[in-house]
Amino acid sequence: MNTKILIAGFGGQGILFAGKFLAYEGLMSEKEVSWLPSYGPEMRGGTANCSIIISDGLIGSPIVDKPDILVAMNAPSFDKYENDVPAGGAMYLDSSLIERKTARTDVNAHYIPATALAGENGLNGLANMIMLGNVIKHSGIMTMDSAKAAMEKLVPAKKQEMLGLNIRALELGYNYKGE
Amino acid sequence: MPKVLMKGNEAMAEAAIMAGCRHYFGYPITPQTEVAAYMAKRMPKIDGGVFLQAESEIAAINMVIGVASTGKRVMTSSSSPGISLKSEGLSYLAGCDLPALVVNVQRGGPGLGGIQPSQSDYFQATRGGGHGDYHMIVLAPSSIQEMVSLTVKGFDLADKYRMTSMILADGTMGQMMEPVSLDVGEVKTYEKPWALTGTKCERKPNIVNSLFLKPDELEIFNNERYKKYAEICKTEAMHEEYRMEDAEICIVAFGIAARVAQNAIDEARARGIKVGMIRPITVWPFPKEALAKAADKVKAFIAVELNMGQMIEDVELAIRCRKPVLFCGRSGGMIPTTEDIAVKIAEAAQIGG
Repeated sequence: MNTKILIAGFGGQGILFAGKFLAYEGLMSEKEVSWLPSYGPEMRGGTANCSIIISDGLIGSPIVDKPDILVAMNAPSFDKYENDVPAGGAMYLDSSLIERKTARTDVNAHYIPATALAGENGLNGLANMIMLGNVIKHSGIMTMDSAKAAMEKLVPAKKQEMLGLNIRALELGYNYKGE
Repeated sequence: MPKVLMKGNEAMAEAAIMAGCRHYFGYPITPQTEVAAYMAKRMPKIDGGVFLQAESEIAAINMVIGVASTGKRVMTSSSSPGISLKSEGLSYLAGCDLPALVVNVQRGGPGLGGIQPSQSDYFQATRGGGHGDYHMIVLAPSSIQEMVSLTVKGFDLADKYRMTSMILADGTMGQMMEPVSLDVGEVKTYEKPWALTGTKCERKPNIVNSLFLKPDELEIFNNERYKKYAEICKTEAMHEEYRMEDAEICIVAFGIAARVAQNAIDEARARGIKVGMIRPITVWPFPKEALAKAADKVKAFIAVELNMGQMIEDVELAIRCRKPVLFCGRSGGMIPTTEDIAVKIAEAAQIGG
């Protein structure tokens, strides 16, 4: 298995952390992983994106230009990367912030109102994890148990109060039934 | 030791500490700032550890010269424009025969350029950088694991030959994370009878100096240095081969370019094209012998670089222009895609054997 994932959105939405979480789970599951962020001015507001590869074999280039899984958390990112997903790939879109649907019929599109769900459930700032919960559900890249174990390791001791919130967000996305 | 997930910049900093470096002088610049940030966090917690953010790159490299002359392991890091500022110091380090480790996490140039990854400082790094006849040992990692191992190796070679080692990385290698083992094995140390440690009135003073006004004297130093370089060229060149056993086309690429090339090679092999790669791990000394040997077997080479064509000259020199060398490069912070490389592979495949 070799899964290429691209997560994209605004700076501040936790795009890089979401990617780090996926990479960390891969590390704990003894897979090969790579994580490559966009860096520079866009990290300080504007668009941010992050390439993650999780693989059973050695990883060549860490650059993801044809993502098997695209997680788009704002409209500019969706516009930019919509056509990079190869046929048969999947896109997960935060439908609170992306109003249109994809015209493509050769991909599996999932619409999750993650930002709204986060607000309604006291999980402001955790739309990223709601999105990933839904990715875990449909893609099978990891089990929920493994995801929780990775989150336990990743959230630093100083921020333990964030652990439960992150896991709740993952579960919310995992259990979201669709519009 | 279990693997951890680290950015290349952080992994280099930790590896330097594990190699015994206790003095780091830096100045922030994207995309290498995490090296300085990591050192700022770690060094004060280590016995004898010094982190100092200098007022400029020029100040930082001169502080490196100061510590190096006492025989302690010392390091600075920067990105392309910052390395240009340090170049005077690099020349002085060479003229004084001092060991040091300098990291260049390259970004697009010339001038202030951009902040995206590049390999356009290849000429600068492999030809010395500053003025005068000299070289640095230049190591080009293509994984986070190599950023660790080559940092340790860089300190070792610097001490062994009393010269500067440079890690020639790029924005991608600095910013990306991969699982990495921080088990660096046993770290060798070297006697440094030349170091300025104070005579305690028990020995003659040592002198570290790069000023020799008598030309015949200066020439002797240069000749001695070049004898050392010849020895290094013979014994320290490192490379890795990928799918070269039956290759008819040989890609030459280092660092991140080699990672992209690896994907392009796998895809071309799936289409039945016999292509492999020689990846220089040291770009100075350049692995000339491996390339010369490959030139006996393959019909063409392709140099893949994040620049307008720099290493390609070393490839042509190494093989004495016996076979055509195609070029695949992007510049300014752009990275060649596997498709860019596939086009060149197809072109090379058309060349008659």
